[in-house]
Amino acid sequence: MRRQRTLEERKELGVRIGANAYVYLLLFLMYVPVLALVLFSFTGSVNFGTWSGFSFELYVTLFQDEEIMRALGNTVILALLSSLCSVVLGTLGAVGIHEWRRRSKSLAEALTQIPVVTPEIVLALSLVIMFVFLGNYVYAGFGLSFWTLLIGHICLSLPFVYLSVKPKLLQMDPALYEAALDLGSTPRKALYQVTLPAILPGILSGFLLALTLSLDDFIVTSFTRGAGLLSGAQMIETLSTLVQARIKKGPLPPQMRALTTLIFLFVILVVAIVTFLMLHKRKGKRHAERRNA
Amino acid sequence: MSAATRRVSRFFALKRKYLAFPYILFLILFILIPAILILFYAFTDETGAPSFDALVSFFSTPSKLSVLLVSLFMGLQTTLICLLLGYPAAYFLADRKINRNAVLVVLFIMPMWINFVIRTGATRDLLSAIGLDGGSHPWEATLIGMVQNYLPFTILPLYTTMLKLDRSQMEAAADLGCPPWKVFVRNVLPQSLPGIVSASEMVFMPVMSSYVISDTLSEGKITLFGNSIYLNFSNSQWNDGSFMALVFLVLIGLSMLVTRRFERDPAAERGGGLW
Repeated sequence: MRRQRTLEERKELGVRIGANAYVYLLLFLMYVPVLALVLFSFTGSVNFGTWSGFSFELYVTLFQDEEIMRALGNTVILALLSSLCSVVLGTLGAVGIHEWRRRSKSLAEALTQIPVVTPEIVLALSLVIMFVFLGNYVYAGFGLSFWTLLIGHICLSLPFVYLSVKPKLLQMDPALYEAALDLGSTPRKALYQVTLPAILPGILSGFLLALTLSLDDFIVTSFTRGAGLLSGAQMIETLSTLVQARIKKGPLPPQMRALTTLIFLFVILVVAIVTFLMLHKRKGKRHAERRNA
Repeated sequence: MSAATRRVSRFFALKRKYLAFPYILFLILFILIPAILILFYAFTDETGAPSFDALVSFFSTPSKLSVLLVSLFMGLQTTLICLLLGYPAAYFLADRKINRNAVLVVLFIMPMWINFVIRTGATRDLLSAIGLDGGSHPWEATLIGMVQNYLPFTILPLYTTMLKLDRSQMEAAADLGCPPWKVFVRNVLPQSLPGIVSASEMVFMPVMSSYVISDTLSEGKITLFGNSIYLNFSNSQWNDGSFMALVFLVLIGLSMLVTRRFERDPAAERGGGLW
């Protein structure tokens, strides 16, 4: 009896070790490029993979490289602006469509699904074709600019804002809004003080999603961009388009190693804060439950 | 509710509806109309006259048809490898006996927040350092890059399905003397089918339409749908590009029909409860 149990336990331990080894190995393989970038950001060597002594040289030249800094600035400005527009449009859309009748609602949702299922490159091509069409047949002065780029990025993230706000509206008790009106609140005030706080988590996650999509985008950017932003009279370069143009010609610019390290640190920091807050919140909830019991 | 407030609320209920108008207007202007224009451009020529030139040239040019085949093949192969690698990982991550650390799952998603063009460049440089450069091994290099980029998108939906696995079913089967492989084939696999379907959806089409990864890692040697459309765009060949996009949209429609049937499969919904 006793021997059998220990055998089984040993078998279980073996499975656990094997499974964990697999997961960590996979994780390691996925991180190889990132880890290599981080490691070799601390050496001045131009060649990726050769170590020429420890130095912070790349971090210095990163901030001196005007082209990279300009692209970084463009990327951040574009991401913030397009996410803000998407959040406003998408939230209003979700709140409004929530009140629609069933048929028009399902039509609106079908319309929302189009950009979700369409690949980015088809979306980008269709937008450019429309802009070209406008330039050819409607208004000859129309061309690609910062505004077409902004529209492209809003198209990318708008449905996702809608989709992250919608479930919060469904979870909300509709009686709350009515109660606020009954108690003498104006509709606008009820919207700000009752609806908005209830759907705020959805709005925030929609905003974060929109930021992520915009920051990482290459296709829509390279299709719809014109001149403007920090690039002035030249074609707008974002981080993605700049790096793509460089790696097409040769190896990854060494400064990108330093930049990736900084971005990676920032991501770790954000993830750590979010995890901490979530654990804290869960603990608080458990306390409250215990108190109520 | 007094009559007056009811009137106010009814009036505003009407107004809340209007809040969605900018949203709908934006979608119609910048999603719906461009989509219709794709259709228009696919069946006209450069002068705007109706024509089937793009269609004829697509189906009669071997290089264009091979784009379709190569894309399908690359998509299938990447999806398969991602599923084979990601399925066990998702299973282990969701098993509380093996992993109690939720941070591990976040670690799998974290690379997605680093610019993918930089990651692709780094992968390319590393691969060519070990002799797997796009010049001599375009297919292998591209495949590695694709798997590396899309693995998180596979693991995430699989993981959420695995969390919902009914483990008592599996334990009952094992207690009744069912060998582990049979428990897996007849219970775990059917239970996790929705996750497999959505994971494949997250990989297959994006791989076929990708541009940067295939262009960088194969040094331009492998042409997928994405590369082909990109080329049409940079040469301002709007009619050919539109037809390409249309073919791709039809493919997506077809694959959605297939996956929808899987999702509605009652056996999958019941989680393979009867066997």
